[in-house]
Order: sequence, then C-alpha cells, then structure tokens
Amino acid sequence: MTTKDAATSFRWIWAGIGLAGVFLSSFMIGRFPVAPHHVVAILASQLLPIDPSWTTEAATIVLKVRLPRILSAMLVGAALSSSGAAFQGVFRNPMVSPDILGVAAGAGFGAALAILAGMSGLGIQAAAFVGGLIAVTATYAIGSWRGSQGDGVLVMVLAGIIVGTVFSAGISLTKYVADPANTLPAITFWLMGSLASVTSRDLCLVALPILSGLCLLNLLRWRLNLLSFGDDEARALGVDVRKIRLAVIVAATLMTASSVAISGVIGLVGLVVPHLARMLVGPNYRILLPTCALLGAGFLLAVDDLARSLAAGEIPLGILTSLLGAPFFLALLFNIRKGWAT
Amino acid sequence: MTTLLELKGLACGYGGRTVLSDIDLSISPGEILCLLGPNGVGKTTLFKTILRLLPPQAGSIHLHGESVAAWPIASFAAKVGYVPQAHTPPFPFSVLDVVSMGRAAHLGAFATPSVKDMKIARQSLEVLDIGHLAHRPYTEISGGERQLALIARALTQQPEILVMDEPTSNLDFGNQVTVLNHIRALTRDSNIAVIMTSHDPNQALSYATRVAAIDRKGSLAIGTPPTVISEAYLFATYGVRTQMLRLPQPDGSVRLLCLPLGGMEGHGLCAAS
Repeated sequence: MTTKDAATSFRWIWAGIGLAGVFLSSFMIGRFPVAPHHVVAILASQLLPIDPSWTTEAATIVLKVRLPRILSAMLVGAALSSSGAAFQGVFRNPMVSPDILGVAAGAGFGAALAILAGMSGLGIQAAAFVGGLIAVTATYAIGSWRGSQGDGVLVMVLAGIIVGTVFSAGISLTKYVADPANTLPAITFWLMGSLASVTSRDLCLVALPILSGLCLLNLLRWRLNLLSFGDDEARALGVDVRKIRLAVIVAATLMTASSVAISGVIGLVGLVVPHLARMLVGPNYRILLPTCALLGAGFLLAVDDLARSLAAGEIPLGILTSLLGAPFFLALLFNIRKGWAT
Repeated sequence: MTTLLELKGLACGYGGRTVLSDIDLSISPGEILCLLGPNGVGKTTLFKTILRLLPPQAGSIHLHGESVAAWPIASFAAKVGYVPQAHTPPFPFSVLDVVSMGRAAHLGAFATPSVKDMKIARQSLEVLDIGHLAHRPYTEISGGERQLALIARALTQQPEILVMDEPTSNLDFGNQVTVLNHIRALTRDSNIAVIMTSHDPNQALSYATRVAAIDRKGSLAIGTPPTVISEAYLFATYGVRTQMLRLPQPDGSVRLLCLPLGGMEGHGLCAAS
C-alpha cells in the first residue's frame, strides 16, 4: 500500500472519534443535568472500583435510562447503514436502501397487526420481526424462482417492490379497521419510528441478531466488491454468487428486522450513511463497511439526541432522519459526478 | 504439445434451445485461439459454457484431461481467467482494487487480500505497463486502459487460460494494437493460452496461432489462420467479397491480410462514397 492509499483508508479514524464524542456527550443531554466528569466516572465505575462522588439519581439516569437508549441508537444506526451499504453492492445500485426487499413494510404490517390485536411491547416487536422475515422470504422466493433465467438482481428488486406494496396495503387495511380512539394513533406513532420507549430488555433482545449480522457482513465484506461487478464476472473470478448473496440478504434482513422491531421505521439512514462513508474512505468494502457501522452509529445517535432535546416532548426519530437526511442526500446527488471517489 | 483445455462433443444453448452442438476443440499452452463468426451465431453462448456460467447441454469440458463438471467454482477460476468487455461498475474502485479482485479464487470466503496478494496485483499491472494507473479510479480511465486493467485482473488470478470476449471492441486503433501486442507477449512469455473472440479477420490472421470459425449453419472449422480464413469462408459467412494479400516482411516471413472489395451482394455496404 502506498502512502496515499494508507491515508485514505485511515480516515475511518474520524468516524471513530466522532462516534466517541457523540457517545459521551449524549449522556449529558436531557432534562436531568449530569456533569461530564460524573458521566465518565459512572461509566468507569462499572468496570473499576471507584468511590461514588455522584448522586444515586445521576447513576440511575446514566445507566438505566440513557445508556440503553444510547446503545440502541448506535446498534440501529450501525445495522441500517451496514445493511444499506451491503445491499448497494449486492444489487449493484448505489440508490438501494435496506428495505428494498420489503423488510420495512413487512415489519410495519406485523407491528400494526399486533397493535390491532391488543398486544404489548414484546408481542409487537416479535410480530414486526416475523413480518419483516416473511416479506423478505417471499421476495427471495419470487426472485430465485423467476430469476434463474435472465437478470436475477433486477427480478429480485422488482419482486421486492411488489411484496413491499402488498404489505403496505396490509398496513393501510389495518389502519382502516383500527379504532380511531386508541389503536389507530398507536399504529401511526409506531410507524413514525422512535427510540423513546426502549428498555434494556429490548436492547438485550435485538443485540444478538444485530451483532451477528454485523459480524457476518464484515467477514464477507471484501467479496461484496466482487458482487458489484455482476453475477457472471464474480462467478468467473471464483465467487459462489448465490451463496454469498443469500448470506448477505440473511444478515441484512436479521439486522433490519431487529432494528425496525425496537425502533419502528427509520428512513434514509441506510441510504445516506453509506454514501457519506464512501466520500470519507472510498468504495472498497474492506474499509467501507466498518466505517459505515461507526458512522451510522454516530449519525443515528446524534439525530436521536436531537429528537429528545429539540422540543419539550419527543419528536419521532423517523421524522427527523427523513427531514435531515433529505437535504443531505440532495447535496450528495450534486457531488455524484465526482464519483464518490476520494 | 500437451493439451490444456479440451471440449468433447460439447453442445450449448439456453433452456431448451441448442445454439451450437458437437464442438470438439482443444487448446495447448502458449496458443492464441481466435473464435470468428457473425453476430448471433453463438460465440457468447459458447464462452459462457466454457466458463461454466451455463451448464453444457451435452458433452464435457476437460482441463489437463480431467472433467471439470464437479469442480468447485474457485478451483476452476484459479485455472481459467475471464476478461469481459470493458464496462463501468457502479462504484469508483481504484484500478489496484479492481485488479486485486483477481485474487478471489485463491482466498477463503472470509479473507481479504494480503500484502502478498497486493504484490501479485501490482506485478500484473507492471506486466501490462499500467503500473502508473494503480490509484486512479477505474471509472475514470480510458476504454483501452480499462481493458488492460481487466486483463491485469485476470492475470492476478494466475490462470493457465485466459478467455477474452472481444478484447478490442470499443477501442481506438492504437489501443487495439496495444492490447493485442500485450496478449501476444503474454502467451510467449508466460505460456498462457488465450481463447478470444474477434470480429476482425485481420486480427486473427496477425495474432492467432489457430482459428475456430463458426459459419451461419453453426458448424465449426478449426485450423491455422490461412487455412480457415479464406475468400470462400468470408463470402459464405459474411456475404463480403475479399481479396487475400500476401505481404513479405523484412525478416523474410510473409503476412496475410484480407482486403474487403466493393460489390457487396445483397448487403449494400461500401458502394457509397
């Protein structure tokens, strides 16, 4: 590696430093004030024997209230961004987002049904997760059944659009029959996406599928480069395209469905962050994918900080990511002719 | 000479439709086999079948005498490299990134290229005199440079055979000669065998050691360039009248060239101007 390459590939450090900064300052945001040195000390006291110089309220706020939410925002941000980046390679299209195969619509439908049936937190999350898996399985089945002759990628993307539309219709139908006094607003609010009600139990439930998906994608990350050249070429270079693509779809779907299950539908993160990461470190997935995870974690955490601090009440996170992401993405579009290169 | 790749009674096509059948063909190290034939006659289908992207409808493919039917994808790619026509991927990878992707066949599914792999990629660039392009975005270099980068990527696979799909299409005159001279040098210096398609009989006459010419009925004529590329073949296949020219070279050898003549029959080309 030459110095120029090395310099570019080390720029992921900035994503890491940014994430660390946002992580620490996030503990100080909120109605209950906690001093910076107390935040560090409280966190450190979990690992090291430190005499408490802080109040028990401060410790409770930091560890029981803010820490689960901060970790959830980071996990969801990393999951959505990494799945988006992986899908952009697998489907050879920089405009693809993690819900291209219908996972968000499927999860939304599952959650809406569960709310309609009067289920509570865990039931809604399970239903969302299962709904997302069903939608992607349907898409994949249609895609591999029709895609064996002709362009498999194109068929799969089109199948995803159709499956997504069917599940969106399902969401509308559930809303239509929902009780306007209680279940309808609950469904609507859930679909807007928010981390306001996240608990440490939620965090523990989704951490395993998200982290294992993240590991699998990162193990396969160099092969993603090859898939972006098309099936025939990748195969001629020695890549078992079907297997790798299936592994990527399984990993990304697990991660996205888990994210949607605890946070609802959060738009644009999976589309915008991979492009930001490409501007920072270039298109090689070897460095791009880990950078995406760091950047996505930092981005969603920062937006979630805004969501809980901008107004007296919570602003739904999904609304903010879309409002902030859209102008951001437009700015990126004007840079496309520079080719995302460094 | 030893036989490297052998096609025995191969039939190829899509789905229920057979495009070419009963192909018997073999290639030895250091050879350049040029596949000639009109558009739509099945050259691409044959290539895809040789590369195992399409299953053969009949017959078999052998490497060093061993049938490749049950070979894993990566083991086959470690022997047979593919050079597609120059194209644009969706992301601006650097040329070195693209070329190092040739190492995939030699790496495990979870591996990334090591320092040694990057060194092999750099050597491939040097062999083709494009080392200076290593850090340029692949999407921004010229068509000829891109074609050379794709050849470098295939060399990085360290294969024994290169399969090239019209390596000179879309290239200007200078780049065509550059690319073909590099291909010839490769077969001489590293004993690689090359199978390539071309639309230009003169390229086959100048560079190929053997020619496989497919006619409109789908039958294959194989032999040295002067025996296969004749006025009769060119007229029967393309409907073009030609004249074969023998050009004595300063070193005593004789080069053959085919010159298209006016008076197309039923094609109405050339007569204008």
